Amino acid sequence: MSHPSTYNPGSGFEKWLDRRLPIVRMGSDFMDFPTPKNLNYWWTFGGILTVCLVIQIITGVVLAMHYTPHVDMAFASVEHIMRDVNYGWLMRYVHTNGASMFFIAVYIHMFRGLYYGSYKEPREVVWILGVVIFLLMMATAFMGYVLPWGQMSYWGATVITNLFSAIPLIGDDIRTLLWGGFSVDNPTLNRFYSLHYLLPFAIFGVVAIHIWGFHTSGNNNPSGVEVKDIKKDTVPFHPYYTVKDGFAIVVFFILFAAFVFFNPNGLGHPDNYIEANPLSTPASIVPEWYFLPFYAILRAITFDIGPISSKLGGVIAMFSSILVLFVLPWLDTSKVRSMRFRPVARMWFIIFVVACLALGWLGGKPAEGIYVMWAQIFTAYYFGFFLIILPLLGLMETPKQLPRSIAESVLKSPNTAAPDHVAPAPAE
Amino acid sequence: MKSITITRTLIFAALAGLVGVTGADAAGGKAKKVEHHHWHFAGPFGTYDNDALQRGFQVYETVCSSCHGVELVYFRNLGQTGGPFHLDRCPTGVADTVDCANPNENPVVKAIAANYKFQVTDGPDDSGDMYQRAALPADRIPSPYPNEQFARLANNNALPPDLSLITKARHHGPDYVYSLLTGYGETPETIEIAPGQYYNPYFHGDLSQSLKAQYVDEEGHPIDGVDVPLGGVLAMAPPLADGIIEYTDGSPQTVEQYAADVTEFLMWAAEPKMEARKALGLMSIIYLLILAGILYWSYRKVWSDQH
Repeated sequence: MSHPSTYNPGSGFEKWLDRRLPIVRMGSDFMDFPTPKNLNYWWTFGGILTVCLVIQIITGVVLAMHYTPHVDMAFASVEHIMRDVNYGWLMRYVHTNGASMFFIAVYIHMFRGLYYGSYKEPREVVWILGVVIFLLMMATAFMGYVLPWGQMSYWGATVITNLFSAIPLIGDDIRTLLWGGFSVDNPTLNRFYSLHYLLPFAIFGVVAIHIWGFHTSGNNNPSGVEVKDIKKDTVPFHPYYTVKDGFAIVVFFILFAAFVFFNPNGLGHPDNYIEANPLSTPASIVPEWYFLPFYAILRAITFDIGPISSKLGGVIAMFSSILVLFVLPWLDTSKVRSMRFRPVARMWFIIFVVACLALGWLGGKPAEGIYVMWAQIFTAYYFGFFLIILPLLGLMETPKQLPRSIAESVLKSPNTAAPDHVAPAPAE
Repeated sequence: MKSITITRTLIFAALAGLVGVTGADAAGGKAKKVEHHHWHFAGPFGTYDNDALQRGFQVYETVCSSCHGVELVYFRNLGQTGGPFHLDRCPTGVADTVDCANPNENPVVKAIAANYKFQVTDGPDDSGDMYQRAALPADRIPSPYPNEQFARLANNNALPPDLSLITKARHHGPDYVYSLLTGYGETPETIEIAPGQYYNPYFHGDLSQSLKAQYVDEEGHPIDGVDVPLGGVLAMAPPLADGIIEYTDGSPQTVEQYAADVTEFLMWAAEPKMEARKALGLMSIIYLLILAGILYWSYRKVWSDQH
């Protein structure tokens, strides 16, 4: 919610500046932003993600000072960073594991949004911008993984760029454009490097308007009930949420540090420590873990559908699995935001989370036999959840009684609150 | 309640990581499971065993380096902090002006470089010619072959891989290297392999096409009671044998000891900053735990008027 500014310029200079560029006012209002007092720890992932982005940009800029984007030198230059650059190993391991941490956080953030209905009126634009950020993140991570020019870099790039050739009519031209030639080669590496440096700043920009968006609509909250009384329902962002987010960020850093310092290659693939060799295909080509669910959906389409080949069908399914998120605000017909008050929807949601994790597991398995069948079942559920379950549930289910206000949902006093939301939902 | 939520979050994150790890593990042939050796460098507090590193370098130099390079390693690395031949102070008899902690002045490293079995190609000199010279600490450890074509020519068209990163470029790298080196044995009766090829149960391969004719049916499937042996064949003959390298420190001169030592050395070659990493990691985790505690306390304090 846009709230009346609480800033009073203290000094003469601040008054002078405030008439010309109210930047101090902007910062002050940001800190004073009335935030629902009932936000739980799932809401800390927004702050965690912002920190992840900043860490990726800082380490990335330092790595770029020492990296050489050339097929003959890229692999060796990464090892030069690991061995000869002061704390280069730290910069690189923070950057590679930082990508994984970024995706862990963004997936939790997205599930949070799904569970609490954060995409619903009036936050559709905030949600759509979030999906745009997610797409940009995926593109950035994919191109970043190509840069060390290991075997998995090269063959992953080959597999993924080849997908675009499945697009009718213009597919081959798109692929040639991505490659900058007729195979994954030096021009590909160069343009991926250029874009890998560019896109994080695009992400930064979209993040800014993503935040602007929910600073206009106000934060959603676990009860899904809108703020009615700023005094009773909200607290200023600072110090209440700076300290809570700060604590959560530091706890997240402990997980992050555990990977960086004690298992820095645990989330990677050993084949990427072998320099790219166009003449030798690895035994199996698997993407990074955070792409595995989408990889499973891609490979689940093993059959032609009319004129659509299985390859094109897989590509359509994979992209649709993200594009469907853009229209989610209009697919979900329920007016109740939080699944705390939608027990039936909550059950389907839990199955949805299991389906996503299962797809992730299946994406790392060979595309054969029973794995394909399960991938098809979970892919069907993935789309069914958005296209059938959510539209119908909103019309059919009976939600529990909502609390009258956020304050009431927090106080939980038995004479003012409905009894059935006293017990916290199990999924939080 | 709050802490439970955080715990759940961490479990979720850890699970997500696990999915990735098992997912990435899916690649593979039908090789024997690697033997888990206890490594000095294992675990969050593990460090390299310096004696093992020195012996491992000896094994590498005496045996492996005839066919395999470690082109990412420089001689100076051997004398850097954490390296096998690092010196904190000079041994007696070295001039006061020498800083032995500096890898480029380290007398052991200088001697290793100068006497290394391969020389370094340098140049062009003033008459435009390339020339061979003894190595210096600033040089890469020279590889046995000038290029891939030469390496293949010398090895029956097989290419001995560079070993700089081998322990990170295989699943369970150190255990794999150790298992492979110690795992050579009798070739199974059921398979026929070409001369110059050697059977190893830990090597990834597919031996279903190597079964002798009497063990397969008309369709090429193994007959009842015959299994395709685990592992594969490679062009490397068993490189180690008991007693072929003389240790001066009294360590056992066995294949197992040689293999363990050279694996330790190769792990160091792949990850020379591991000790610094773990030390910094320990400090970072302690720092973060304290900071988390302070922030949690601040959080309770700040929110005390709201609960």
